Amino acid sequence: MTVVVTPPQDGALRRVSDVLIARPGLLLMLLLTPPLLWLGVVYLGALFALLAQSFFSIDEFSGTIVYQPTLATYAELLAPANLDIIVRTLVVAAVVTVLAALVAFPIAYYAARYARGKVKALFYLAVMMPLWSSYLVKVYAWKLLLAKEGAVTWLVQAAGLTKILDLWLAAPLVGGPSLSVSYTGMVLTFLYLWTPFMILPLQASLERVPATLIEASDDLGAAPRQTFRHVILPLAAPGLIAGAIFTFSLTLGDYIVPQIVGPSSLILGQAVYAEQGNAGNVPLAAAFCVAPIAIMFVFLALARRTGALDAL
Amino acid sequence: MIVTEREPTMALDPSPAAATAVRFRGVSRAFGAVKAVDGVDLDVAAGEFFAMLGPSGSGKTTCLRLIAGFDQPTAGHIEIFGETVEGAPAYRRPVNTVFQDYALFPHMTVLDNVCYGLMIRGMGKAERRKLGLDALALVKLVGMEGRRPGELSGGQRQRVALARALVMRPKVLLLDEPLGALDLKLREAMQGELKSLQHALGVTFVFVTHDQGEALSMADRIAVFNHGRIEQVGAPKEIYERPRTRFVADFVGGSNVVEPLLVRRWTGLEGAASLRPEKIFVLADGAKAPDGALVIEGRVEEVLFHGAVYRVEVAAGDAGRLVLSVPAVGAESPAVGAPIRAAFARDSLHLMEAE
Repeated sequence: MTVVVTPPQDGALRRVSDVLIARPGLLLMLLLTPPLLWLGVVYLGALFALLAQSFFSIDEFSGTIVYQPTLATYAELLAPANLDIIVRTLVVAAVVTVLAALVAFPIAYYAARYARGKVKALFYLAVMMPLWSSYLVKVYAWKLLLAKEGAVTWLVQAAGLTKILDLWLAAPLVGGPSLSVSYTGMVLTFLYLWTPFMILPLQASLERVPATLIEASDDLGAAPRQTFRHVILPLAAPGLIAGAIFTFSLTLGDYIVPQIVGPSSLILGQAVYAEQGNAGNVPLAAAFCVAPIAIMFVFLALARRTGALDAL
Repeated sequence: MIVTEREPTMALDPSPAAATAVRFRGVSRAFGAVKAVDGVDLDVAAGEFFAMLGPSGSGKTTCLRLIAGFDQPTAGHIEIFGETVEGAPAYRRPVNTVFQDYALFPHMTVLDNVCYGLMIRGMGKAERRKLGLDALALVKLVGMEGRRPGELSGGQRQRVALARALVMRPKVLLLDEPLGALDLKLREAMQGELKSLQHALGVTFVFVTHDQGEALSMADRIAVFNHGRIEQVGAPKEIYERPRTRFVADFVGGSNVVEPLLVRRWTGLEGAASLRPEKIFVLADGAKAPDGALVIEGRVEEVLFHGAVYRVEVAAGDAGRLVLSVPAVGAESPAVGAPIRAAFARDSLHLMEAE
């Protein structure tokens, strides 16, 4: 048998490929430029264009935007009524995030440590499936569940706990005429919607904690709760923070749930919607958009200070 | 705050002479139908460097985990210094472990890793820092206390893991293939260091390894594991020279096993025998074998150069295949396919137990 060695053919493509292989930096730049343009120009650019609007103001009389840089809109943002909206939203988002973490942790821990094979596939299915159905349908379903004649009330009655529910509804802030028009109902609905976004990053970060680290802690005399505090929690912190960013910012931005479930007072997302849509006050809507961004930065700075990001 | 009765210092533990550090009685650990450990009896003396040697899946690591408390036996009884421990969780046992992958906490500095157990015990910050730095000095890692495990080499991580376990002043130190991930040179250096450390501290070491060379060179006694059982326990020399079973003969030092038929013909004794490769010597052309020596003739099948020796495989007629260890110094490499004559003393044959 003869082996034929074909001489390299100096085609244009081959020359291009030779140049690229010799210069990995150039190749990387060529590959990264389009997605970076998308991220930088379309994504961040649009965001900054929106935020820039917040430095304009609206003419009270004509309702048109005055393109003069001013801080007047921010002054309006900090007016008691608007500040109320921000604080209210912040509290709801924080409560939803904490509850989501509490619900998600055991599930994520089980999935990361113990579930194998089929059980693990079922876990992913169970976590993801609610995300595949329509968001609106789920919110309306919760409204019905939480209504005075709904399944939750009925279950509570069947369990003989009506007294406790009545006491809860009579309480200030969390209560209301029925669960479906109370903050409790709103938080439950948010919790239901966003828990998968907490479970998945948490599970991913727990998955990366080697089992021997837990054994090492055990070996060095740490009782399970000490191991949890000193080893598992710090190492799961990146996932916890990622999950918290999801649940927190999704709650901050949502404007549909508070319209359907919960009391009539506005939540941040609704305020943006109202200013932008009906009132046509784009500068104030933009200023309202700055609020969650600022809040998230504060949140991350705090997380960083506690050392929660050290394990990243 | 946890109050401990033991003041953790690096001094010697005044254990009673000849006490038993670890005792297994009929210990089994089954995973479903598979018995990873199958009715093991074991006594590790206090202050001893004890090696558990065996191939992977032989049950040696499971035995270590049973001592540590990461796993509980499905049957049998385990004592650590006279105290029954089965059912007790790992964090209540007076033993510490050096893990195969070191298992250092990645989010803590080297010093925090070493002081972790002391911190858990509730020791004050200044005191545990002092003990931690002492432990780091003991393993020659002075000045590394501020680093993260990710910034250390494999050998350094190994030392941190060792310091972290030793600072707890365990009654028994468990080492799970601690040298497995190190390169040859480092491994040899660490072998010597571990040995002298154990000697200086007087702590009982239980060491798991699949490397027979490591076990032979470091341990006071070796238990050879196979299929969840102990095949033989003894001093390295004893294990090496007088293997009790075919498995031990083969696993430790790759001995030749001479079949009973030949043993009977050569010696008149009953049973299979082991014959160490280095006990067979090559006879030069026409040379006479010494008196009383047994002579074999055959053909060279394979030659492997091992530095100091050639490992020569010989097809020796009805004696089957024999491995010879031929000193390489000043000798020509035996040619593959060439006829070869070799001899060994009759008492080089070590009779093994019938299986």
